[in-house]
Amino acid sequence: MATVKEAAVDARRIREDFPILSRQMAGKPLVYLDSAATSQKPRPVIDAVMDFYERSNANVHRGVYELGVVATELFEGAREKIAGFVGAADPRTFVFTRGSTESINLVAHAWGRRFLEEGDEILLTELEHHSNVVPWQLCARDTGAELRYVPITDEGLIELDSVATMITSRTRLVAITGQSNVLGTRPPIREIAEMAHEAGAVILVDGAQLVSHNPVDVTALDVDFLSVAGHKMLGPTASGGLYGRLELLETMDPFLGGGEMIQEVHPNESTYKEPPWKFEAGTMNIAQEVGLAAAVDYLAEIGMKNARDHERELTAYALERLSGAGAQIFGTMDPDLRGGAISFWFEDIHPHDLATILGDQGVAIRAGHHCAQILMRRLGVPATARASFHVYTIRDEIDALVDGLEVAREVFG
Amino acid sequence: MSLDDLYKEVILDHYKNPRNKRPLPEATVSKHKNNPLCGDDITIHARLLDGKVTELAFEGQGCSISQASASMLTEAVQGRTVEGAGDLAREFRAMMEGSVDPDEDAFGDLIALKGVAKYPVRIKCAVLGWDVLQDALDGTPGA
Repeated sequence: MATVKEAAVDARRIREDFPILSRQMAGKPLVYLDSAATSQKPRPVIDAVMDFYERSNANVHRGVYELGVVATELFEGAREKIAGFVGAADPRTFVFTRGSTESINLVAHAWGRRFLEEGDEILLTELEHHSNVVPWQLCARDTGAELRYVPITDEGLIELDSVATMITSRTRLVAITGQSNVLGTRPPIREIAEMAHEAGAVILVDGAQLVSHNPVDVTALDVDFLSVAGHKMLGPTASGGLYGRLELLETMDPFLGGGEMIQEVHPNESTYKEPPWKFEAGTMNIAQEVGLAAAVDYLAEIGMKNARDHERELTAYALERLSGAGAQIFGTMDPDLRGGAISFWFEDIHPHDLATILGDQGVAIRAGHHCAQILMRRLGVPATARASFHVYTIRDEIDALVDGLEVAREVFG
Repeated sequence: MSLDDLYKEVILDHYKNPRNKRPLPEATVSKHKNNPLCGDDITIHARLLDGKVTELAFEGQGCSISQASASMLTEAVQGRTVEGAGDLAREFRAMMEGSVDPDEDAFGDLIALKGVAKYPVRIKCAVLGWDVLQDALDGTPGA
């Protein structure tokens, strides 16, 4: 056991940058294993937000005074940095949103409702989070398009053969997660993008988990849309955005109507700005995106390949420890094929009971359906317990989780 | 706040050996609810005759708190008038909100669930069965 090392990332050093990790929970040292729900924030991100409000706050794209220029430069500078982080060379291809959910809703509204028709097909998978299901259900209801789901294997994987079977000449969109928030599954996005394009379809990748744990390059992956959740990648809540291929963004409808997204407004009609500003109505989440730029700097310094290697090592260790303790793990046991979200059952203890008992030991895990009821039904369980990691997670914390399972066994014994 | 307050022996006993957990073909009303957060799921079958709850059973799945609470409920409510059952449901909710310290003798096993009030996220689990009971008491027969 324990043949892997935490070599890729010096997580113990990194932890010093996260003030919250020194607090206690239920009177015990906090063991935060719920980073798939939201990540913790390092000091440079907290400082960037505070600094913005203390020194640079003004509305953007409006004030002609110096402070307005400073705020606008920070905001647009953040766009360039975050776009670059996911491999988008042109910042015009990156629309700011409150996160992954809003990004997918933007595409469902501004692209889906504009271009989809009765008889068209939207291809999803059984892995999808509700944020990549419900917007398409609403879109399908309004357009007459039909939803189809690529099945997963018993190991929770997406096979290219299954995708090939499900893609038809009527498929207009493939919307798929880059990394499952429940099983950690990482579908082969580049290959699926190629298949989608061959069929004349557009591909959207739900990047909520993918971008926070892996190097991502939209150009190399050749995807048309990628949603980015800032709060899962060490950034503030309500930060993030949508990468979109420029030709698509140009032809799409606006999303929200309001100030700043227009060229000219007349009593019965308006003209709109160019992308990305066409999609950014009203006062935006300025401080949050500036904070996310600081998070991107922080992650870039660690290196996303190192972050992925660290997560892979922790995942391998956790899979070994958890299964050794008798936990039933959902999804593949191959750490090369998955990220660090591990769903499990322990004994017959309901995940909610398990999470309460672990919480009492200072260990924060998630219990529930993880906004993936379609997947829960496929797995045949009402809920799972889930442990998930980030760059600041250390093996001691996985040991604390396994120790906590023993306490649960005693309570329910 | 300690685990012993939550997972009392009597709760675990009702969870592992649920009372009146079965279908009830002679029920005059059956109602069902679930808690989407964690998948707790309770159906209450009640036989209501002449303003009395003459028989009560439940079916369902979920965490220990939801299932133990439903099991205790069937014992506590059986034989009460519809009005008396409604009163008990209200008192139980008040106990969960921490606004009432119930009479230990009158509450019987249910008093063991008092500790749940200290775990705000779990209160929903404890009251699920009682919400379903309320629906059954209010509802039209067979609905």
